[in-house]
Amino acid sequence: MDKDKLERISSQYEQWQEEAGEAKERSATFKTVSSRPIKALYTPLDTSELDYEEDLGFPGRYPYTRGVQTNMYRGRIWTMRQFSGFGDAFDSNRRYRYLLDQGQTGLSVAFDMPTIMGYDSDSERSLGEVGRCGVAIDSLEDMEILFDQIPVDQVTTSMTINGPASILWCMYLANAEKQGISLDKVGGTIQNDILKEYIAQKSWIFPPEPSMRLITDIFAFAADHVPRWNTISISGYHIREAGSTAAQELAFTLADGFAYVEAGINAGLDVDRFAPRLSFFFNAHMDFFEETCKYRAARRIWARRMKEKYRAKDERSLKLRFHTQTAGCSLTAQEPENNIVRTTIEALSAVLGGTQSLHTNSMDEVLALPTEKAVKIALRTQQVIAYESGAANTIDPLAGSYFIEQLTDQLEAEAEEYFRRIDDFGGVLKAIDQGFFQQEIADAAYEYQRSVDSGEQVVVGVNRYNTGEPVQIELLKIDPEVEEKQVRRLKQLRERRDNDAVNRSLEVLKDTAKGTDNLIPKILDAVKVYATEGEIVAALKEVFGEYKEKPLF
Amino acid sequence: MTGKKVRVLVAKPGLDGHDRGAKVVARGLRDAGFEVIYTGLHQTPEQVAEAALQEDVDVVGLSILSGAHMTLVPKIKELLKGNGMGDVLLVVGGIVPEDDAEELVKSGSADQVFNPGEPLDNITEYISSKF
Repeated sequence: MDKDKLERISSQYEQWQEEAGEAKERSATFKTVSSRPIKALYTPLDTSELDYEEDLGFPGRYPYTRGVQTNMYRGRIWTMRQFSGFGDAFDSNRRYRYLLDQGQTGLSVAFDMPTIMGYDSDSERSLGEVGRCGVAIDSLEDMEILFDQIPVDQVTTSMTINGPASILWCMYLANAEKQGISLDKVGGTIQNDILKEYIAQKSWIFPPEPSMRLITDIFAFAADHVPRWNTISISGYHIREAGSTAAQELAFTLADGFAYVEAGINAGLDVDRFAPRLSFFFNAHMDFFEETCKYRAARRIWARRMKEKYRAKDERSLKLRFHTQTAGCSLTAQEPENNIVRTTIEALSAVLGGTQSLHTNSMDEVLALPTEKAVKIALRTQQVIAYESGAANTIDPLAGSYFIEQLTDQLEAEAEEYFRRIDDFGGVLKAIDQGFFQQEIADAAYEYQRSVDSGEQVVVGVNRYNTGEPVQIELLKIDPEVEEKQVRRLKQLRERRDNDAVNRSLEVLKDTAKGTDNLIPKILDAVKVYATEGEIVAALKEVFGEYKEKPLF
Repeated sequence: MTGKKVRVLVAKPGLDGHDRGAKVVARGLRDAGFEVIYTGLHQTPEQVAEAALQEDVDVVGLSILSGAHMTLVPKIKELLKGNGMGDVLLVVGGIVPEDDAEELVKSGSADQVFNPGEPLDNITEYISSKF
């Protein structure tokens, strides 16, 4: 736009602002859910610096602001991937086959807390937790049951597992081999993002250094043997759920991503050998526009840094591919049916932001694990967006809006500012050690709660229009019998398997852990002789030790 | 509340790492004038009871979002009794379905269970009213 025109717009804007300023507004402040102030109007004055070719470009082309694929959803709709798992492997296998029958296109495994923390179901630490908030997996035998009659060369699987990711991944691969499928045909994702565990999700096992080694060992093994596997899902989801703002989610997640890139490079890997398999996982919270801008900014920041700072040459290394889940923390226990509406708005922001796969939360997830009916509605929400709303007809439809482009730029600038602060600490691990992320998130969470309590942040059915009616909704109950049954099966496995082979494999694993060779082949050997997850973790803890956090609030 | 500050132990028993609620409540209680001790994550019931004893607290607040509340809460209550702290006020927050919450209170394991969405002021007022 030429200078004269901009000047004219500028003077008209000032006139308009004067008139608008005289009218009474219904609120003292207009803010996003992340406390970001929003102006009444955005105009060409906000985007006068925007350079289409440099800042936006075309879908599938650098800097990928408009999307990572050339034709986006006109080629293929995003993968509808509902995160699920509960009870034992038999229960979850039934749910997976139900979801696939309903038209779901990928699987996503939720493990129970003992599995996530590296304890077997018969550990004292597991008491009362088995099968409660995910499926209980102790050994390869459970993994075989979990994927019974599910062809793992046709269905991709995402597994939300971090501390013990290498072990569960090896079980998945060993099961694929037993199904007669070669590893180069197997596709899926392991979350495997330990940095965000220290920062937000808090399900860690080992200290940072050996944890990062396990991760780079996975990068190297996958590059050689499992090329279709996404070796890490660098996650902002949990950072946001822990209470961060949108800008913090964006900045901390990408900072973690760059830390993994540096770890891979420092482990001697060429950046283009592992970076194409890095993937991301973001939250979709309630502020529709801010969320869409967050995804657009993420793609642009990643592409620019990977190209300019890390000298990646393979185009795939520059493309930020991501999964999205709607915000669990935005759901309310009061009037849970309203959560269907919240989830729809959030899901739409992810679609307009160009997500590659999507999980929509079920309305009852703030109360318990979802019932089959609730999950079906959540999946149908995605199908309605995909096939009825028209949102998938054109690529990046919000682009060019003065507001959207200005907010995308602003988020990018805020992320860059956070990167500088993290650099000042000496990197992500040092900043974790100093409690930087943890404190930033705790502060934001507290501020948000205060604004809800004061009524400034409206939550419908909670602090406004609250009728106080009791919640009436059918909930999924986990039978306490599940724990006893799982413990019994585990005991039988320990009696039946070749225990000498198990012990030998664990000794080899410990020796390898003390050295520098890749650990994955040794973990694979151990799971194949039915060493349990808890046994493998215990062996590694002997060498690596355990992580401890200094509690702060 | 008069005189000596009421001491509250905010504890995260069990294996889940969701500490947002525990930390927000800990901070809210501190701002409301309580003396707050936060245990940090992944505590065993024994560790929680031991911390309650060592810190000589008046209130124990448990945050559980993993579904293990029906096992963990009664166990901690028993251990507190064993330490001669059976009369300590025991409150619970997290993801606890209505039926379970009623049972925990009826059986005497917990004095009060707070649901998601509970305003901080309600929690601080409840605790204040007991002292």
